Amino acid sequence: MSAQDILLWVALPYLTIAVFITGTFWRYRYDKFGWTTRSSQLHERKLIRIASPLFHLGILAVVGGHVMGLLIPEGWTSAAGLSEDAYHVMAVGLGAVAGACTLAGVSLLIYRRRTNGPVFNATTKNDKTMYVFLVAAICLGLVTTIIGSGVIGDGYNYRETVSPWFRSIFLLDPKPELMAESLPSFKVHAVAGMLLFIIWPFTRLVHAFSAPVLYLFRPYVVYRERGPHDPGSRAPRRGWEKVGS
Amino acid sequence: MRVMAQVAMVMNLDKCIGCHTCSVTCKQAWTNRAGVEYVWFNNVETRPGQGYPRTYQDQERWKGGWELKRGRLRLRSGGRFKRLAQIFSNPLLPTLSDYYEPWTYDYDTLISAPLGEHTPVAQPKSLITGKSMKIEWSANWDDDLAGGPELAPKDPILVKIRDQVTDRVKMEFEQAFMFYLPRICEHCLNPSCVAACPSGAMYKRAEDGIVLVDQDQCRGWRMCVSGCPYKKVYFNHRTGKAEKCTLCYPRIEVGLPTVCSETCVGRLRYMGLFLYDADKVTAAAATENEHDLLAAQLDLLLDPNDPEVQAAARHDGIAEDWIEAAMASPVYRLAKVYKVALPLHPEYRTMPMVWYIPPLSPVVDALRETGNDAEDAGNLFGALDSLRIPIEYLAELFSAGDPAPVASSLRKLAAMRSYMRDVNLGREPQASIPESVGMTEESVYEMYRLLAIAKYEDRYVIPKAHAETARGLEETACSLDGDGGPGQYEPGPFGSASGRPIPVAVETFHALKERQTSEVFVPLESIRVNLSGWNGRGGRDES
Ligand code: HEM
Ligand code: SF4
Ligand code: SF4
Repeated sequence: MSAQDILLWVALPYLTIAVFITGTFWRYRYDKFGWTTRSSQLHERKLIRIASPLFHLGILAVVGGHVMGLLIPEGWTSAAGLSEDAYHVMAVGLGAVAGACTLAGVSLLIYRRRTNGPVFNATTKNDKTMYVFLVAAICLGLVTTIIGSGVIGDGYNYRETVSPWFRSIFLLDPKPELMAESLPSFKVHAVAGMLLFIIWPFTRLVHAFSAPVLYLFRPYVVYRERGPHDPGSRAPRRGWEKVGS
Repeated sequence: MRVMAQVAMVMNLDKCIGCHTCSVTCKQAWTNRAGVEYVWFNNVETRPGQGYPRTYQDQERWKGGWELKRGRLRLRSGGRFKRLAQIFSNPLLPTLSDYYEPWTYDYDTLISAPLGEHTPVAQPKSLITGKSMKIEWSANWDDDLAGGPELAPKDPILVKIRDQVTDRVKMEFEQAFMFYLPRICEHCLNPSCVAACPSGAMYKRAEDGIVLVDQDQCRGWRMCVSGCPYKKVYFNHRTGKAEKCTLCYPRIEVGLPTVCSETCVGRLRYMGLFLYDADKVTAAAATENEHDLLAAQLDLLLDPNDPEVQAAARHDGIAEDWIEAAMASPVYRLAKVYKVALPLHPEYRTMPMVWYIPPLSPVVDALRETGNDAEDAGNLFGALDSLRIPIEYLAELFSAGDPAPVASSLRKLAAMRSYMRDVNLGREPQASIPESVGMTEESVYEMYRLLAIAKYEDRYVIPKAHAETARGLEETACSLDGDGGPGQYEPGPFGSASGRPIPVAVETFHALKERQTSEVFVPLESIRVNLSGWNGRGGRDES
């Protein structure tokens, strides 16, 4: 095992976790006002009607797939009566569909961002950087799926190497050697994924943390007390306030 | 019973001359920023007309507000699951073109163009793309029935009544009637925007009923925009957050009327309190028959003079001066005592709290055109019975299509007009006129004072916000008469004006108040921008 392996499969994961957690906390603490989807539907509605649901449903399925594949040990699914082969077919099938939807969705979204004048104008540098990392992670993910599935070359059971490594990080008992022996495509995808998580808290992707599930449980009409500020004004904020004009 | 207070507004449409001053001052105060260029918290639309955004009243299409489904109140756009399922792309969201593409002019060419044969022209430039554009629509493109035969027939209300009574409407529409409808957020008792917000960022203030968006909690799901049937929540495309009319709460809190009311040249707006029973709102909004919704809404409003109501209000923590203000409330008198003010589109079931006195002038004008004495009670009553079109149209706006409340309101206005004419001409006043509309001579006279004399202190009865921090208000206000004179603050720890900022509204509050209530001219030294030295570019020329 080389120093590079330690760096990539021990140091980088912990760095990712640290930045992801503290970054999100910091952003929430100091930039609640910037915490939004920054929807562009006001500018364009026809393309987004297809692109956004396609992408989001795809990516949510992909997230679900990762949870299944990485967090649930192979032993559990076998114990539940699911053979490795059956699991593999299911995972590759669903994964490919979800991945394809995500890729199609994200391509349409980017096409829309690029070609629609008002939407393009509303695209920040931050958005562009985010899309680079996001698309890289998605494309490399699809490549790994194709390679790992055995469609090209031999199939590869990542649940014997990548998944235990992933869990070992969270069990605070990192096993970089497992990752070191996996396929290069998995390695590149894992690094791309970690980089995406490192920038995540600083992009519009934070909106995913606000998925409004509590909406299902609250009363329709919300009342609030006026709060303790002086009448006639709200309390002054910390620091400078930007006026967007 | 749970008594709550609501700051509400009444607009007397007969007096609206469509000057758009309210819209402009509101815009200057609140939406003069990037991202909300297309937003008018206050807009004035010509009726018949398409409104702003275009055809917003067509709820078959926009699905705003509430509906009854198997006897239960539900958002018209569907249940909670459906809304979450549609969160990635909201099919009911208007696009910018439904409002209009905001623009400015390339004024610079006017002064920088080289000397030439032709006068330089300032091209319109889109505020969205920055490119040259063709202006094709605006917030009041069909103002004063502009484009009449082509545009006005697309008015959703006209479409609706045309379906009911085909050719008569068409015919009488050609002898067009017209009036103006100024609109702001209704600060509804049963706000569908709040109900549609997935994050719970929108709320109704418990103290005064003002509906607000918490800018720190809004996540840009843009469901409130489509949830409001009046389309009075807007999406700031720059910040990605929803914004709406705040009922100028910083002014209301210190007892001043809203900017749009204050600046209305027709003095047609009234502001005051309602006390209402919050426990009954949902049941009232779920009234089966649309025609009964107005009565249900009126039933919610409690009589502030009733000792039982007062006791309940005290029990629910409403302060004594607020109860007194409710007793003197002009809006309560207009809506519930005289019953001349009506809510806009009660059939949306949001229990709107901006009420309208329907305009009598279309009727008077029609009558005058026929060569009759348009102020004679008999003639007016007769015209009200025979001129069905304006009434049917008004009924679609103000009473879910039921002509009775609109007709009754107009009859009272007509009665007031004829009765007071006799008084003013020194003739014998006829008690039979008020009687014929179920009023007394005294109440007609009181209504006349409120509607025609319309003194400032009668139009606005707004109690100040209560806070145990009221002392803080005094304290900051005192700094105005401090060492440095008006507007000079005590030096803070890091140089002058550092330390705790003085709230804007408080800074100017006393000066404004004095100016408004004083008989003599009061200079406004304490207001920071001196317009006489303003260079039009946000600064002042130092000369
Ligand atoms: C369940 C959680 C999520 C919800 C409810 C949600 C919702 C939304 C909404 C409402 C928009 C604005 C669309 C518009 O009107 O312009 C949006 C945009 C976006 N979301 Fe999500 N999202 C979720 C999770 C995610 C995840 C997990 C990702 C990526 C990993 C993601 C990536 C994006 C991107 C890239 C955009 C920008 C699309 C554009 O180019 O306009 N979202 N999301
Ligand atoms: S009118 Fe105002 S309070 Fe009523 S639903 Fe619309 S935005 Fe909400
Ligand atoms: S109340 Fe204030 S914010 Fe609302 S429309 Fe009037 S001026 Fe604008």
